[in-house]
Amino acid sequence: MLTGFKRIVRSGWEKFARDKSSSGAALFTMVIVLSVVAALYCFQGASSFFVSSLQESVDISAYIADTASSEDIEKLEASVKALPEVKQAEFISKEEALERFVNDHKNDEVILQSLEVLGQNPLSASLNIKARGSEHYPAIAEFLEDPSLSSVVSFVDYRDRARIIERLEKLADGIRGAALFFIVFAGLIGVLVAFNTTRLTIYSSRDEVEVMRLVGAGNWYIRGPFLMQGVVVGVFATLIVLLFMFPAAMFLGVRVSSFVPGFDLFQFFASNIVWILLLQLGVGIGLGVFSALIAIRKYLKV
Amino acid sequence: MILFKEVTKIYAPERPAVDNVSFGVEPGEFTSLVGKSGSGKTTLLKLFLREEFPTAGQVMFGEQNVHEIPDVRLPEFRRKVGMVFQDYKLLQYKTAYENVAYVMEVMGAKEEDIERDVMEVLDIVGLEDQAEQYPYQLSGGEKQRVAIARSLIHRPDIIIADEPTGNLDPYHTKDIVALLVKINELGTTVILATHNKDVINKLGKRVLTLEDGKLIRDEKRGRFML
Repeated sequence: MLTGFKRIVRSGWEKFARDKSSSGAALFTMVIVLSVVAALYCFQGASSFFVSSLQESVDISAYIADTASSEDIEKLEASVKALPEVKQAEFISKEEALERFVNDHKNDEVILQSLEVLGQNPLSASLNIKARGSEHYPAIAEFLEDPSLSSVVSFVDYRDRARIIERLEKLADGIRGAALFFIVFAGLIGVLVAFNTTRLTIYSSRDEVEVMRLVGAGNWYIRGPFLMQGVVVGVFATLIVLLFMFPAAMFLGVRVSSFVPGFDLFQFFASNIVWILLLQLGVGIGLGVFSALIAIRKYLKV
Repeated sequence: MILFKEVTKIYAPERPAVDNVSFGVEPGEFTSLVGKSGSGKTTLLKLFLREEFPTAGQVMFGEQNVHEIPDVRLPEFRRKVGMVFQDYKLLQYKTAYENVAYVMEVMGAKEEDIERDVMEVLDIVGLEDQAEQYPYQLSGGEKQRVAIARSLIHRPDIIIADEPTGNLDPYHTKDIVALLVKINELGTTVILATHNKDVINKLGKRVLTLEDGKLIRDEKRGRFML
């Protein structure tokens, strides 16, 4: 059994190595398909990182009216914390807000002098709220903007950033959709080229197949090497793509991090290498074997 | 025993390729099929190997109707037969050794058995020194010897040789026929399809003569008479 399998593998490799031009064409197309798959995987990683870092930076600030009593503020804080959508809520008093503002602008003389000229604290107390997910912010904003709270909450700061996140998510979805379409399109071309490669190999191996049939080779001993040729194309295409992806990730890493601050493409690629390898092998071998199977069923009568 | 019972094969209705042919071949017998090109020799061989199905009649191998063998058992049946072709059908990218070994590989033999048996059979056909030569490095006669070695390697019950001397000069023809006779003397049934008059006349073995798909003569020690 194992000996038979080894011979099928060896024979598949021999077919791949012998028909250099058709194997080369199949390999080239498969490399393109797998490159797009790998690029899409990295794009998915970068866009998820970008969106989640934006989501992390999002919060809702409910500015408290100066007329609000401390009891009203405590009630508001308690009721906000009780909302299931809320992950965290932090009250910042007028004094703390001023302290943070001064600290943030300690090197800006003009602002510090302006504060001195005012002679009073112009900042409002606020309740900074983080939701459990970006989808919960509208519900929290709606709660804070309720007319019953208008005597406590003077202003809610959230909507502008929500729109940006929404647009970014839509843009990322659009790019992912286009890339998927391209993968399907390139995959179809890959199947077509691999199918023709197997067909040509079957044609050029017709004497061999005839001899195999007449000496009593089993069906899978005859068909196996052609399938194995598809596997070899998939495996080689995967290795070539991975070989090129490492320097490409290193080279493009700096450019990508200027678009997505904090995202290290090379690090992402290196830490996801096993998944990328499995994905590439799955797609590469899957397409290679699938197209070989169609060609065998159509052209290889045993 | 091989038995053809009233076998007919029709490709074109106006001219059957094989027309109601009946004969039997005993184990260990040397039988020649003679006839002009298109007389039905190759079709008969293809019918026996189940490459073709008869329009009427039966082809038996022992108790088994060849055309009723299930597809999954067809390889097992074909392993009982060794084939020799006019154009040798050697794989050009394999050496003489590899061409012969290939049959045993297909049958799942172990490497050590392959090595022993291939050298033994190359020795029988007198090519033990040419084992590492590729087909393009061999003469026509040597290529046919490799083909015969390949047909012998799995110890078949029957060897079917379809015009094995068709591409050979008289010297090599004599050589190959002598080899087939030697194989037959070792107990293997040989069916030789040919239209070489000299070969048949010198053999002095059974001759079946075909004409336009019909079996017109069956002689124990026949001559080529067409």
